[in-house]
Amino acid sequence: MGRGRDLWMLGLDSVAGAAVLVAIYMALVWVPDAANLTTPTERAAQHIFYLHMGMNIGAGLGYLGAFLVSVLYLLTGRRIWDMIAVAAVELGVVFGAGVLATGSIWAKPTWNTWWTWDPRLTTAAIVVLVYVAYLMLRGALEDPARRARFAAVYGIFAFASVPLTFMSIRWWRTIHPVVIGGSNAEAQGAFAMGPSIRTAMFASMIAFAIVFFALLAHRVRIEQTAEEVEQLKEQLA
Amino acid sequence: MEYLAGAFAVAWIFTFVYVLSLVRRQRRLEQDIAMLRELLEDRQRS
Repeated sequence: MGRGRDLWMLGLDSVAGAAVLVAIYMALVWVPDAANLTTPTERAAQHIFYLHMGMNIGAGLGYLGAFLVSVLYLLTGRRIWDMIAVAAVELGVVFGAGVLATGSIWAKPTWNTWWTWDPRLTTAAIVVLVYVAYLMLRGALEDPARRARFAAVYGIFAFASVPLTFMSIRWWRTIHPVVIGGSNAEAQGAFAMGPSIRTAMFASMIAFAIVFFALLAHRVRIEQTAEEVEQLKEQLA
Repeated sequence: MEYLAGAFAVAWIFTFVYVLSLVRRQRRLEQDIAMLRELLEDRQRS
């Protein structure tokens, strides 16, 4: 791999690290507690929201990215799109699991339970499982061209579960707060989003988006190195 | 406060383990490449 690319990736890693430090500072120190939450435990737990939203962006970029590059792979047949697709899905699963974990930890002091079969929680868990199945499908197929084609088709159909999860809190009766674009009167743990909370939330989302692209670059490089290994094995065969 | 600390701990453990897995995978593949190149050179020499 080129030295220019190594430097570029190191630069991206550094920016990602700095952005995360700024986001953590804003989430833990800079932003005030939500004014309408009553107990100290709830007020402290509300700060998990910034982490949760950041991870949501990471997961969303992974799923959306996999969808877009899957379409591009089917249109062009270029191997790089397949490499980006598997990298994006893997990151989507990692961040998606992080979303479920941080949401569950927030839910305990807020809803008094680690987990409930609420439409949002259920659909979010299904999305993660759908993309875990994508990775398992890839593992089960030997022929690289066939694997890439099947994975691209699966990646396109799997994405249908993502807008369903996004809309689940708007379409169905749910206790999960609607953070963007509305408020649910029945939501337990909802909070008024003033300018400082909104600023800290967007800082966290931007930081996690940069982290996503930094990790994506590393994961794609692994795919490219693996392909180089396969080519060398073919030469030796 | 313990829930906030727990959430951050979980998030950083997730990230750390994933980054470690990326580093290990990349290192293993680079070792494979070095070994395969050596084999290829040996074959070309003989």
